[in-house]
Amino acid sequence: MSAFSAAFTFVIHNGHLLLTKTETHLAISFEAILISVVLGVPLGVVLGHIHKGSFLAINVSNVGRALPSLALLSVLLPVVGISRTNVIITLVVLAFPPVLTNSYVAVEQVDSDVVEAAKGMGMRTSEVIRKVELPLALPLIFAGIRTAAVFVVATATLAGVFGGGGLGDILFNEPSYKLSGVIGSSYVLVVLALAFQVMFKGLELAVTPRGLRKQPRLVPPQVVEPSVLQPAA
Amino acid sequence: MSGAAVAAASGPVIPHYGTSDSCVLHNGAFCWHWFAQNWGSLFQPKLIQHVELTVIALVIGFAISFVLALAAHRRRWLAPPVTFVTSLLYTIPSLAAFEILVPITGLGSLTIEIPLISYTLLVLFTNTLAGLSGVSAEVRDAATGIGLTRRQMLTRVELPLALPTIVAGIRVATVTIISLATVAAYVGNEGLGQLIFDALHSNDFNTQFLGAGGLAILLALVADGFLVLTQRQLTPWATARRPV
Repeated sequence: MSAFSAAFTFVIHNGHLLLTKTETHLAISFEAILISVVLGVPLGVVLGHIHKGSFLAINVSNVGRALPSLALLSVLLPVVGISRTNVIITLVVLAFPPVLTNSYVAVEQVDSDVVEAAKGMGMRTSEVIRKVELPLALPLIFAGIRTAAVFVVATATLAGVFGGGGLGDILFNEPSYKLSGVIGSSYVLVVLALAFQVMFKGLELAVTPRGLRKQPRLVPPQVVEPSVLQPAA
Repeated sequence: MSGAAVAAASGPVIPHYGTSDSCVLHNGAFCWHWFAQNWGSLFQPKLIQHVELTVIALVIGFAISFVLALAAHRRRWLAPPVTFVTSLLYTIPSLAAFEILVPITGLGSLTIEIPLISYTLLVLFTNTLAGLSGVSAEVRDAATGIGLTRRQMLTRVELPLALPTIVAGIRVATVTIISLATVAAYVGNEGLGQLIFDALHSNDFNTQFLGAGGLAILLALVADGFLVLTQRQLTPWATARRPV
């Protein structure tokens, strides 16, 4: 048990180091999440709106989910080299599928009666997407972003061995930081992952339109998209 | 060349850097020759180990999840607490879980398997329960109407109908474990991940990165494809409807 208390001591005595590493860790994570959102959400929303491309949206997620992150980093290494770019590419590959699939499913499953009514009121296509489909789809879209974010913050640790920095620098460097440092950085990592889960859950609730909040959910949220769960490192 | 191949097959596990092979000397993009020479001594054993790690985690994880799902199917109040605990386990980054277990279980298979098993629980439990409770009321009524007992209802009606959802869960769990098992090599020296970490710590040999990484990716895709085909064989009625 002393290993665990030694790790706590490490965390207390190395606040500044851990803070610096956490900053890099978060910078990498947010960059990857941002790229995935910028690429995945518009594509998913457009495909969902035209009700086409389910094959693409579902299979991108199935293939993307199957790619082991460490293996992908390893395969990219001879091409991209040991660099931050390699890590970012791998994290985007990890985060993109749940973002795309959730955005697609979210817009695709908006009640067609509601969309018809909006068209009947004379809304243009852009208005239908912006004022009707998107607000109704936001909770599920953000659930996808949350899934992606939690995977990314966990997997960004691999940046430590692939030249990206972050908490992995400590976790993968037992010779310098001893077991106490390795476990201490693991504590920080666990806290970070839980914080991401809570933070993005809050964001998800915040973007849920008031009209949807009162309704009892038919299925508990975890059951809605089991197929979108993805591996994290 | 044939002499070298025999030596690699019978000798100890020492990477054979052929003196005449310019690809290996200059760390070429991918040296097929070296890969073929070391297949039997290096890649194949690690691939088999990787499959073993995956299968063990999957079987134990499924056994636990299945029992929990059956219990929660009978007593609905069990579902929220089990979901909460399994999602909490799922959220813990695997590298952190492996490292935190090291002081307790040491460096080795147990330290690898405990987190791997715990990561299968959420998706296997959720999908098994969702499959079982997704059986429509009409079907249940019909089953009761023809005189099936609760046990018969479970084995003859609910489980077969839940099979596609359960297999969907097994697919996610399988690729998750294959992915996390590569990372687990850092604390356990087992599986394809070990070759990746070894190359990182020693010679940065491209062929070892591409070989081990490629095999892990291939293993995940093949396992996923195999499970899709198995599910179609087991439940021909499911593919007759709209596949998702």
